[in-house]
Amino acid sequence: MISKKDVDQVALLGRLELTGEEKEMFTRQLNDILEHFRFLERLDTTDVQPTAHVLPLKNVLREDWPGQHMSREDALANCPDRDEDYFKVPRIV
Amino acid sequence: MARYETVIGLEVHIELKTRSKIFCDSTTEFGGDPNTHICPVCLGLPGTLPVVNKKVVEYAIRAALALNCQIAGFSKFDRKNYYYPDMPKNYQISQYDLPIAEHGYLDIDTGGGVKRIGITRLHMEEDTGKLVHQGTITTTPFSLVDYNRAGVPLIEIVSEPDLRSPEEACSYMEKLKAIVQYTGVSDCKMEEGSLRCDANISVRPAGSSKLGTKAEIKNLNSFRALQRALSYEVERQIEALEEGGRIVQETRTWDEGKGVTLSMRSKEHAHDYRYFPDPDLVPLVIEKEWVEDIRRSLPELPDARRRRYVMEYGLPGYDAAVLTSTREMADYFEDCVASYSNPKAVSNWIMGDLARLLNANNQEITACRIKPRQLASLLELMEKGTISGKIAKTVFEEMFASGKDAGVIVKEKGLVQISDEGAIAAVVAEVIASNPKSVEDIRAGKEKALGFLVGQVMKATRGKANPELVNRLLKERI
Repeated sequence: MISKKDVDQVALLGRLELTGEEKEMFTRQLNDILEHFRFLERLDTTDVQPTAHVLPLKNVLREDWPGQHMSREDALANCPDRDEDYFKVPRIV
Repeated sequence: MARYETVIGLEVHIELKTRSKIFCDSTTEFGGDPNTHICPVCLGLPGTLPVVNKKVVEYAIRAALALNCQIAGFSKFDRKNYYYPDMPKNYQISQYDLPIAEHGYLDIDTGGGVKRIGITRLHMEEDTGKLVHQGTITTTPFSLVDYNRAGVPLIEIVSEPDLRSPEEACSYMEKLKAIVQYTGVSDCKMEEGSLRCDANISVRPAGSSKLGTKAEIKNLNSFRALQRALSYEVERQIEALEEGGRIVQETRTWDEGKGVTLSMRSKEHAHDYRYFPDPDLVPLVIEKEWVEDIRRSLPELPDARRRRYVMEYGLPGYDAAVLTSTREMADYFEDCVASYSNPKAVSNWIMGDLARLLNANNQEITACRIKPRQLASLLELMEKGTISGKIAKTVFEEMFASGKDAGVIVKEKGLVQISDEGAIAAVVAEVIASNPKSVEDIRAGKEKALGFLVGQVMKATRGKANPELVNRLLKERI
């Protein structure tokens, strides 16, 4: 069971500000999702290997060759705030 | 017996010396103007896809084999989610439950002999960007971010909680550094941040088998910081328990200036990284042949080399340990011995005068202007009696400064030892004539005065007289 406290915690980790109504709605919706997975749990998976990836691919590797960089101006073009050559962010702790 | 036992485990991060980053082709070069070594992939821009650098996997396996780890046949990458702007994606690509290697060990020397320290796991991950604060992290009005380092390949090596003192922790770090350096996958420079360390430390009543509550110590940027921070933390924790308090599980940071550890944040709530397999990266299936190819290409490692120095060169254990502590120094030693076959003499010069000058000039042995062959020829000049031991030291300093051959310096400065008995006898006669008081003292049995007269002869010959001859002639004539 997911409680309202769990929703608070998830919201905090995701830096989401939720209203009381939203918290109730998400608590209900998340529990519905869990209920659905409980249904899937009824399948017998004893002989099934855990899946690490859905694609039948492995070892996609590249050689160690350095390439082109993007320009600093392009890199900083989308950031909400900058200080000369740096990305500028609010105090962290 | 001490009433408390200290338990330490280390998490060591090592930057791999690849040319490009772990998941994109941006350069890994150290430094550079802020935010210039970046591309859409390491900035985590929407629509980009990471692709694993093959060299990173190879280097991780190489380091893991040198640390006696078992290599996983199947391995994958996971996302470690956290809210901190040192990564532009809000997650770091790391390895969670299926690391590339596990179950290794390394041996350290302790007062009580050799001790084996377990290595729990070794995994690959991407390094983070650098945050610049004004003042301290808690008082700065805002922070600045440079993503040049974001995506530089790292291996993280986690030890078992097998270390029992700050000294053992330092020995472990030194050994780990030496082994990884030998493999050539990293230069392991603590001052440039290519070798970093966090420590988990707890104390418990002696004899107890249950672990105490641990603190995680960060910001250990040098061997000195590691030693001091852990010693401080042992005392802090014991004091807290003695006063009837309890240890809080938390992250603490080492304040080098104040010499204390400070609480950073409680980990009880923050420690929720919600790992899940990275859907952008497909799994690695490591073929046995690849692992064996890498194993065959490993160089002789520090422990083996050290044993060989004792067996093959007859060196004392201490010399062997110092010389093999870096691959570069050991190579230098062997190159010298190849052209001058007195290993102990070579060892003395490397550990003594050479190490002293390198330290004083803050220089690496690879950048030393005295090449091994040149040191060997200096030692030959000494052995042949062309120059005295004292003059050799002067010549050595000159070689260190100019990179010239010993023979050239000796010739240029006229430093050839005087071994002509007639020439020395003349000086000896003069010195005896002008120091009657000392001569009397010697005749009266005061041996000390002889040293003074030897000094006078050396002075008159500007240090070039053969000291054995001087001694013999003086004794004969008094």
